[in-house]
Amino acid sequence: MPVDMPVQDVVEQARRGLASVEHVPGSAKPDALLVADGVRRSFGGVNAVDVEHLEVQRHVITALIGPNGAGKTTFFNLMTGFDKPDAGRWVFDGRTLGGVSASRVAKAGMVRTFQLTKALARMTVLENMRLGAREQPGENLFAALVKPLWAPREREITDKAMQLLERFKLDTKKDDFAGSLSGGQRKLLEMARALMSDPQLVMLDEPMAGVNPALTQSLLGHITDLRDSGTTVLFVEHDMHMVRHISDWVVVMAQGQVVAEGPPADVMADQAVIDAYLGAHHDTDLGDDALLDEGGAIDAEAEAEADAEIEEKP
Amino acid sequence: MDLGQLFTNVLNEMTGPTAIAYALAAIGLNIHFGLTGLINMGQAGFMLLGAYGFAITTIEGGPLWLAFLVAVAAAVVFALLLGLPTLKLRGDYLAIVTIAAAEIVRMIGRSTALTELTGGSEGLTGNSFKHTFQDASPFPDDRWTLGPLTLATNTSNSWWLRIVGWAVVALACLFVWRLIRSPWGRVLKGIREDEDAVRALGKNVYSYKLQALVLGGVFGALGGIVFVLASSVQADSLGRPVTFNTWTILLLGGAATVLGPVLGSLLFWGALIFVRGLLRGVVPDGSLTVQQIEQVGWVLVGITLMLLIVFRPQGILGDKKELAINAR
Repeated sequence: MPVDMPVQDVVEQARRGLASVEHVPGSAKPDALLVADGVRRSFGGVNAVDVEHLEVQRHVITALIGPNGAGKTTFFNLMTGFDKPDAGRWVFDGRTLGGVSASRVAKAGMVRTFQLTKALARMTVLENMRLGAREQPGENLFAALVKPLWAPREREITDKAMQLLERFKLDTKKDDFAGSLSGGQRKLLEMARALMSDPQLVMLDEPMAGVNPALTQSLLGHITDLRDSGTTVLFVEHDMHMVRHISDWVVVMAQGQVVAEGPPADVMADQAVIDAYLGAHHDTDLGDDALLDEGGAIDAEAEAEADAEIEEKP
Repeated sequence: MDLGQLFTNVLNEMTGPTAIAYALAAIGLNIHFGLTGLINMGQAGFMLLGAYGFAITTIEGGPLWLAFLVAVAAAVVFALLLGLPTLKLRGDYLAIVTIAAAEIVRMIGRSTALTELTGGSEGLTGNSFKHTFQDASPFPDDRWTLGPLTLATNTSNSWWLRIVGWAVVALACLFVWRLIRSPWGRVLKGIREDEDAVRALGKNVYSYKLQALVLGGVFGALGGIVFVLASSVQADSLGRPVTFNTWTILLLGGAATVLGPVLGSLLFWGALIFVRGLLRGVVPDGSLTVQQIEQVGWVLVGITLMLLIVFRPQGILGDKKELAINAR
């Protein structure tokens, strides 16, 4: 791939590249950024994660879905150095990262967010942002004492932080304590903070959890913007609408293993995936009052299913 | 009751070596707790090691600068010993290890096996190690009066010790002020709020916590030197109560502020002397002995501080907003 290709072409090419990928667990990607092999982690007797092979395509949005307890977050923790695997190795952008500490993983360009947002509550929004930047000479104890050594870099990162805050519409909050932000704003702040280091891969752990519907749309926009500006995104999510809406590739995990892979439409049409991991009613809007009526769509479907099962038995 | 004499005593204590020593120890503790969130329950151990390091080096014939260096080095080694195994664990472990380690230092200091070096439970008399510091004074041996205070220029609780002590406190405050407002201080505050978040941003949290522990411990050692330069090295005079008083001073003045520890120390010692002096004047003769008045003084100071912490938990200089937000 030529280096000087415009970003949108790179992204387009990466997305097209997925078309030729087989829809089987562990399929090889044309341009994999993260490749995991035989990653295993057990808690007591339970295999929380047991991933044979998984590749994450560069420059696209990959969704990691699965029921609760499927091992998605544990997999995230392993990849980012927050937990140690019992076995396995993984390569990120050509570097083997197994057994590397969380801070070094982040330095290598793989930055994560957390399911329970970790805004640094008693620091201002701007200080939160500045903390995310890399290569700060002033973070050395001795250099910190001599302001001229770090002031130029501080100005650079402040400018960058302000640009990002504007993009995430948090610029008016820059001097507020992060703890005073709403849940959704904290999610935005955490994402913006992760971007301060120009990561190659952003790993978002349930970015939509606890976010009100009005903010969801803008969060989705931010995530696709990330991809369009050349960042690879891997995210865990339960909200199927969101997964279908923005992801280029979906990986389904269950009981620690990767059980299906493919473009969102195909994966969600896969009957096995639907029944086992999404639930038969993944497509119905539970907020629709009509469903609450006796004999509504859900009841009808449930009855039909029950009948079908009875018929199958003899 | 002689109010003039009472206020002179209060002023004498507030500007004296004890207040200076505690201010330095609290500045160190502020780096640990206020900035980084480390719970060090053994600041007295750092002070005692600094005191022993300084005194023993001088007694063995070392020059003044070497004695300072040894005291600082002792604190650095102690901090590394405590920090290396515990800082990867949850915060509580550091608290347990530091309070135990400070007690170990005190016990070893007063053990008979080391009497030749540390003087055992008798300690080291002031005259055996004060001379290098006093000889460094530019003043003639005399007694000078400034306002209500009359003190020796050079010996023990002297003008010379106070001038040097407050200069060190001022430098320490400047140092902390610079650090708090630097990217280094920002990383520490981030660690105080949530270590994992900081780790996820690519910072080596372990290394920063170790740096903070060492730096705060060094200020503790400096406080220990000032403390013993006014009296003598005696292991039991730098025991657990010293650590708890230092914590009180820090919370009173306001953690995570630059001048909080200094203000806290001034008020703590000023209030203690004031309450005791007042009681001596007010309580009718024969109802309380001098020792009892001393104890009641501590009780009243304790109650005052409890009220302060209840009604103004951020301390005198702390930011109410910063403390009010406690959502994680």
